[in-house]
Amino acid sequence: MLASRRLVLAHFWLAFATFAGSIVLGAWQMWARSPLHEGPVDAELYYRSVTAHGTALAYVFPTLIAMGFGYAVCVSALDRTLRGERFAWAGFVIVLVGALMSLLAVAAGNSSVLYTFYPPLTGSPFYYLGIVLAVVGSWFWAALMVYNMRAWKQEHPGERVPLVVFGTVANALLWVWTSVGAAVELLLLILPLAFGWSATIDAGLSRTLFSWTLHAIVYFWLLPAYVAFYTLVPRAAGGRLYSDRMGRVAFVAFLVLAMPIGIHHLFADPHIGAGFKFLHTVFTAGVAIPTLLTVGGLTVSLEIAGRLRGGRGMFGWIRVLPWDRPIMLATGLSLVMLGLGGAGGLINMSYTLDQTIHNTQWITGHFHLIFAGSVVIMYFAIAYELWPHLTGHPLRSAKLACLQLWLWFIGMLVVTLPWHVVGLMGQPRRMAYYDWSDPGLVGQGPLVSASALGGFVLLLSAVLLIVILARSQSGEKVETGELKYARALDDAAPLPRALNSLGVWAGLMIALTVVNYGFPIAQSFFLQHNNVPAQAVSRAP
Amino acid sequence: MAETLNAAQQPPLGQAGERAERLWTRSMIALMVVLLGVIVFTSAHWGLHPPSRVETIDSTSLHQGGEFSEANLGTLIAPDGSAVVRVVAQQYAFMPSCVLVPTGVPITMRLASADVVHGFLVQGTNVNAMVVPGYVTTVRTTFSEPGERLMPCHEFCGVGHQAMWAHVRVVNGAQFPFEDAKAKAVSCAG
Repeated sequence: MLASRRLVLAHFWLAFATFAGSIVLGAWQMWARSPLHEGPVDAELYYRSVTAHGTALAYVFPTLIAMGFGYAVCVSALDRTLRGERFAWAGFVIVLVGALMSLLAVAAGNSSVLYTFYPPLTGSPFYYLGIVLAVVGSWFWAALMVYNMRAWKQEHPGERVPLVVFGTVANALLWVWTSVGAAVELLLLILPLAFGWSATIDAGLSRTLFSWTLHAIVYFWLLPAYVAFYTLVPRAAGGRLYSDRMGRVAFVAFLVLAMPIGIHHLFADPHIGAGFKFLHTVFTAGVAIPTLLTVGGLTVSLEIAGRLRGGRGMFGWIRVLPWDRPIMLATGLSLVMLGLGGAGGLINMSYTLDQTIHNTQWITGHFHLIFAGSVVIMYFAIAYELWPHLTGHPLRSAKLACLQLWLWFIGMLVVTLPWHVVGLMGQPRRMAYYDWSDPGLVGQGPLVSASALGGFVLLLSAVLLIVILARSQSGEKVETGELKYARALDDAAPLPRALNSLGVWAGLMIALTVVNYGFPIAQSFFLQHNNVPAQAVSRAP
Repeated sequence: MAETLNAAQQPPLGQAGERAERLWTRSMIALMVVLLGVIVFTSAHWGLHPPSRVETIDSTSLHQGGEFSEANLGTLIAPDGSAVVRVVAQQYAFMPSCVLVPTGVPITMRLASADVVHGFLVQGTNVNAMVVPGYVTTVRTTFSEPGERLMPCHEFCGVGHQAMWAHVRVVNGAQFPFEDAKAKAVSCAG
């Protein structure tokens, strides 16, 4: 069994508990705003629920999965013990306290500002402080990841850092830098406003700072799934990773290019000039490349496995892959959702096409398909893969786990495909209810009802996940052996030094951020009238 | 399984593998370059640009006169024959709540927020932008088809957000009160 297994289990359990609660809220929201719900819902309660759902699933759940998986990677791929485990526990407790503080403030009803904050709306200071704490707790993890890799490198001079560690540490560095944007927004702009220490805020500057975090945070959520694609999946499929070097190129490309692109979220904003909007389009096109490389490398790796298993012909190798293994099935389903969601993403990042779908339900459909679909299904697979190593009991059962993954996939498509369609029809997002009798909304109601049914399929899948994980904590014992990662065909090939360390790439990430964000942030200090008064969200309409 | 891979089964990597890897990488880069080329071409060809003027305005005194004073809200016909539509967004309504515009006339929409961040779109068109307090949003368009279109606020602006809907009534040129609209702003709000 793994060292530090209690630490890893604590992270995964807190993550999935947060997740399950949030899915209950999500399913309720979908039903409440659909024509299936009779009469309008209490709007204030609805936005409270949306705030809790977003806060828990954006700041708490994926953060804890990345942390738990990171610790498991460290103890299995580097030394057999984690250096600084006490700090890891401290980080965990800080995340827990922060999450509780935020979610209690939301439950109290005076912080329904949604997880994207939207100043000059202001909520309770405890809401924002809780998020700051959760982020600070995760910085402990990031520091430990870097520290453990450095310590290992010093003891193993000249050796290559395992790809699984390289990808995990790249993600830790990306997370620390991307979280700085929202941290600055919260600490310097929003909290002074919420405490009443300052009277006004530049809403444009806040949005710019939030966009600093908002796009790269998605890559922070995504990279644990990519780490699994490169290091767990080829082995589970019974083959080898095609190219270790390609994996490293993809990870450093994410590190450098995930950051200087966030302004594509602000295409429709009046406070950013056309030049910077176009610049961020160009860099967003760039960040699609490591994803396309990953899909290519993964497909070849799976083909190698399929042919070793006796698959013949152009597509015969696909059929013989071990689809009864949860991580194999999850990978297949994830790639389908990644393909659909990625195509949608190319539309969103377009300087011109964005106008058609900006801020409509299409966007909600897009990020649920990409994150809640293709990424979260890999979180489930990672948990299923790690669980026997953490609990000492076999997964009960792989069959049930595959059913859970199928339900999640079907539910997610039923939820998000209608959302894309109503988005094209111009449905605005984040509304507590719609007047379904309005002639302008005819045709949207049935699609919204259909997607609400998908919400209940997702809820069923979430319940099944918890049942499987809980059942696999006891019963018969299993000797799992060490947690091993895929070997690569080019393991013995020479590796350029630049692909065995991350310092230079992190420097490039910071430099590009300064170039792409420097002026849009600095302009706030020489514009006039750009500061506006706070508006408490709890004020009655 | 992986452990039993032997030398005979080892698929060729070497130069052929590296060539395939390079081909895939170059193809993917080329794909993105082509997509960017399409964006640049369509943007230049049709003059498609998002609202990006970085123009500021004092959001607390919109009603005290100036461009967004009450009398100016709605549609005005400029001396060159184009139309300027001015709208104020505030919790939880647009003013005017019904925008009246003619078909076939170039329209400049100018919006300002009196309080928080709002957004707006006109259904069935590419008119879609944010309205950030402290800044003026400018969108240019021409409506070709007459009809009644919804114009919702599409950014969460507080607990009454779901109630923030306006209408855009597009009428044939002959039915639009051009002469009135040269003198004062017109709208179809009751």
